[in-house]
Amino acid sequence: MTSLPDLASPQAPLSPPVPLRRAVELTIDGRTVRVPEGSTLLDACTSAGVPVPTLCFLRTLHPVNACRLCVVEVEGARVLAPSCSRQVEAGMAVHTNSPRVRHARRLVLELLASSVDLSTTAEVDAWMDEYGCEPERFGAPVPAGDHEHRASPRPGHHAPTAPGGAATVEQPVAIDNDLYVRDYGKCILCYKCVEACGPDHQNTFAIAVAGRGFAAHVATEFDVPLPDSACVYCGNCIAVCPTGALMFKSEFDLREAGRWDEERQQVTDTICPYCGVGCTLRLHVQDGEIVKASSPLDHAVTLGNLCVKGRFGWRFVHGAPADGP
Amino acid sequence: MDIKLRGVEPTDDERAAVDALLGAPSSSWELATVARARDASDLHVAHGGHAQRARRHLLLPALHAVQDRVGWISEGALDYICARLDVPPADAWGVATFYALFATAPRPKRVLHVCDDIACKCRGADALAAACEAQLGAPWHPPEGESVAHDPDALVWMRSPCLGLCDQAPAVLASEAGDPPRERLIGHATLASIVGECAWQEDDGASRLAIPQRGEPGLALLARVGVVDPESLDAYRASGGYEGLRRALELGADGVLRELAESGLVGRGGAAFPTARKWEAVARAAARPHYLVCNADESEPGTFKDRVLLEGDPFALVEAMTIAAVATGCEQGYVYVRGEYPLAQRRLERAIAQATAHGLLGDDVMGRGVRVHIEVRKGAGAYICGEETALFNSLEGLRGEPRSKPPFPVQAGLFGKPTVVNNVETLCNVPLILARGGAAFAQVGTPQSTGTKLYCVSGCVQHPGVYEAPFGITLRELLARAGGPLPGRTVRAVLVGGAAGSFVRGDELDVPLSIEGTRAAGTTVGSGVVMVVDDTVPLEPILARIAAFFRDESCGQCVPCRVGTVRQEEALHRLARDASPDARSRELAILADVGVAMRDASICGLGQTAYAAVESAIARLRLFETEPR
Repeated sequence: MTSLPDLASPQAPLSPPVPLRRAVELTIDGRTVRVPEGSTLLDACTSAGVPVPTLCFLRTLHPVNACRLCVVEVEGARVLAPSCSRQVEAGMAVHTNSPRVRHARRLVLELLASSVDLSTTAEVDAWMDEYGCEPERFGAPVPAGDHEHRASPRPGHHAPTAPGGAATVEQPVAIDNDLYVRDYGKCILCYKCVEACGPDHQNTFAIAVAGRGFAAHVATEFDVPLPDSACVYCGNCIAVCPTGALMFKSEFDLREAGRWDEERQQVTDTICPYCGVGCTLRLHVQDGEIVKASSPLDHAVTLGNLCVKGRFGWRFVHGAPADGP
Repeated sequence: MDIKLRGVEPTDDERAAVDALLGAPSSSWELATVARARDASDLHVAHGGHAQRARRHLLLPALHAVQDRVGWISEGALDYICARLDVPPADAWGVATFYALFATAPRPKRVLHVCDDIACKCRGADALAAACEAQLGAPWHPPEGESVAHDPDALVWMRSPCLGLCDQAPAVLASEAGDPPRERLIGHATLASIVGECAWQEDDGASRLAIPQRGEPGLALLARVGVVDPESLDAYRASGGYEGLRRALELGADGVLRELAESGLVGRGGAAFPTARKWEAVARAAARPHYLVCNADESEPGTFKDRVLLEGDPFALVEAMTIAAVATGCEQGYVYVRGEYPLAQRRLERAIAQATAHGLLGDDVMGRGVRVHIEVRKGAGAYICGEETALFNSLEGLRGEPRSKPPFPVQAGLFGKPTVVNNVETLCNVPLILARGGAAFAQVGTPQSTGTKLYCVSGCVQHPGVYEAPFGITLRELLARAGGPLPGRTVRAVLVGGAAGSFVRGDELDVPLSIEGTRAAGTTVGSGVVMVVDDTVPLEPILARIAAFFRDESCGQCVPCRVGTVRQEEALHRLARDASPDARSRELAILADVGVAMRDASICGLGQTAYAAVESAIARLRLFETEPR
C-alpha cells in the first residue's frame, strides 16, 4: 500500500505518488514472463521479445482491437484474444504461433489484401510471406456496389458481388484540398484517424465511421468535402494512418509522378518555428526539398501530433507562398 | 464542446419533432443556425458542458423522432439535433447511417418493409416481392444526384431481414411517417393486403396472439397470452400478476437471489448463462449506480417468442424487471425493443404507465420505499444491437458496435456501470419462480435445463407458432405438436437456433431440445428457433440468404467478420453456379478457412457464429456433395 503524502509537510513530494504495480507472471510460448499488473498481452509479448504483427494498434491511441491481426491463443479461452487490449492475468498460458493463431492472422491478411489496396502499407508484404497468404484465391477484385453510394448509404442492404469476383473497397481518390488526399481504397478501417481527430488527440470530430458492414467507411457528415467539414488540417490523422490512405498531397503528387523515393530522403529533427510550445518537427527532405513533416510518436510534448502550421506551413522555406486551407 | 455545425435550417416539422422529445431550446445557443439574433440574455448562459453531453443517449430517440415525423433525416434535421445535444455532425452521421430503419436521403413517407428472410422465403416471400416490384416498381434506393424529384406521398417498398412474424409468413412492416406516425406488422401478407388503405389500419395484434396453445392448461409463460387483456392492469392482477413482486419484496434481495439460484434458471437469449450468477455479480458490485437492461431486440431470423410475450403479456415483463431491479440494486431500467415491433413497444409503454400510476413502479414501489423506473427505447433496424454490449452502445447514442469483453457487463456495462442484461423470456420466468418457488420451477425440464422453453416453430409445418414445452422435449414431439409437415411432404432439414444456429437432418429428429441435449448433438437451442425446411424448398437459396443476412448485419468493426461475411456469400454464389468437383473443393476450402477465422478471431458472437449454419449444411446435410439436380 502506498500512503498519501502529507501535503502540509515541507518534505511532501511535488509529484503525485506512483502507484505500485504488482508483477504478474504468465507464460508466452512456454516461457515464463513477469510484467506489471495492468499490462496488455502485447506489452508482455514485446517485453519478452516475441514479435506480434499489428495494424490498428498505436501506443498513443486507445486500442480498438478491430483488425484482429494481433490475436493470440490463451489456453482455456473459447476464442482468440486481441493481444493489443487484453490485460494479462496471473497464470495465463499464451501461444502466439499456434496453428489457430497462424490461421487467423493469415486469413485477416488475406481478407484485407483481397479487399483493400495495401501497396503503401508498411511491413505487410513480409507478414503475407510469413503467413503464406494467397489473397487472389477469393476471385478477381471488383469494386463493391456498396461504395458507389457512400453519400447516401443504405445500411442493411447490399448489391451482390459481380459473378466470380471478390468485392473490394476500390473507389476514386478524394482530392478536395491542397494539403492532403484521402484514398479510401486503401482504408482498412483501423479507426486510428477517427480516434486522432476525436477524443484521443485533436477533439475536432470532423470524421467518424459511417455506414455499416462492408460498406462501413470513414466520412464527414453527409460525406461533404473536407473544406466544408469541421477539419482544421492538423494532419494528425495522416500521422497515424498505417496504410497511406491519408497522405500529404506533396507525397501523393511525387508518387503519382513516380518520383517518391524514401531511400533518397533525409530526415531532420528541428523545433517548429511558429509558437512557444516547442514541438519537435521532423522534416522529410528529398532532393533538397521538404516533402512532408511529422513529429516523433515518443516526443513528450506532441505524441506525434502537430497543428496545421507545423504540419503544412513549411513551403516558405522554399520561397513559395504558403498554402493555407 | 466547440462543435462546427453545417448551418442548415431544419424545417418546422423537423424542429417540432425534436422539440417534442427534448423540450424547447433554452437559449439561442441550442439552435443550429442563429435564427434569431442572440440577445443579452443569451450571453449570460453557459451552454454545453456536462449537462448537455449527458443527454447524448437521446440521440437515437431524436433521430427516431425526425424519421417518424418526416420519413427521412435531412441535413437541417441532423444539424438541429447536433446543436441540441452537442454532438458533432460527423459523429451523428455515423450513428444515423448505422441503422437500417433510418433514411438519410429523401424517402417517401410510406414504406413497406417486405421480409424476404428464410422463414418467409419458405412461404412465398419471393413471389410477394415480385408482385411488389410489378406494382410499385424497383425497391426504394437512395436517389442519385440532386435533380431527382422527391415525392413524399409515393408508396415505396424495400426488402427486409426477418421481421419476427415467421408464424404468419410472409410478413410485411408498413410504416407511414407523420404526426402521429402509423406502423403496422402485417402477417400472411398479400399484395392486396399491403398496398391498399387496409395496410394502415390500427393494429390490435389479435390474430397474432391466437397462438396454437392458447388457453391450454399447464402453460406458464404463455398462460395469459391471447386470454388475458394485455392492456389491463386489473386483468393482469386478477390472473395472478404481481404475486411475484409481492413475494420478492418480502424476501428481500438476498432471498430473491436464493430462489433464483435454486430455480437453475439460465438465459434464454442463446448463451444459456446462469441468471442467478449474473444478478449476484451486479448485486455485489461496489460501483454505483447499477443499471438494468432488458434485451428485447429480438432479431435472430426465425425468432418471435419475445414479441408474443411483449404483445400478449407486457405486465409480466414490467413485474419481472421490477423484481430484477429490487434484487440487484438498480433504480433505472431500460427495455430495448427492436424497431420493427411497434405494437410491442406501445403495449409496454402503456403497461409501464399503468404500473407507475398504481404505485407498482416509480419512486416508492408498493409503498416499500424502493425506487424503480423503467424506460422503453426503440431500436432502429440492427441485428447486432441484440449483442449486449452493442445494445449498450446503442442506448448510449453511439453506433451499435460490440465492445471487447472483458470487461463484462456485470463489471462495466451501460454507461460503464455494473449492468444486469437479460432477454425478455428469461425475465418473464422470474415472477413465476418467485410465485411458485425456485425448487418447484426446477422440477420442470431436465436437471441441467430447468423450466419450460418457448420454441418458435416456423417454415414448412401445419401450425407454425410459439410453443411452450419443458426443456428436453424432442424435436419430433415438438413438430408433432405443430401438426407435422405440410400434407404430402417430408421434413428435409430443421434449422435449430436461428441463422446463428445449425441445421439438423430430417432423420435426426430425436434430438432432445435442452441445453445439454443439443450440445451433445452438436447443435444449440439458441433463441428457440425451430424452422422446418421440407423437400420442396431448395436449400441453396436459404443458405445464400443466411450469408447475405450476416453480410448485411455485420457492424463492420472487425476484419474477420466485415470481409469474411462477404467472402462467405461470394463463395456460396460461386458454388451455386459451378459445382464441378474442382470448384467444389476450392470453394469448400475457402468457406472453411474463412469460417474458422470468423469463429476464432471476430469480436462478438455475430462473426463467431456467421459460419455455423453454413458449416452444418455442409457437414450434416452434405449439401454440396451430390451433383446438382
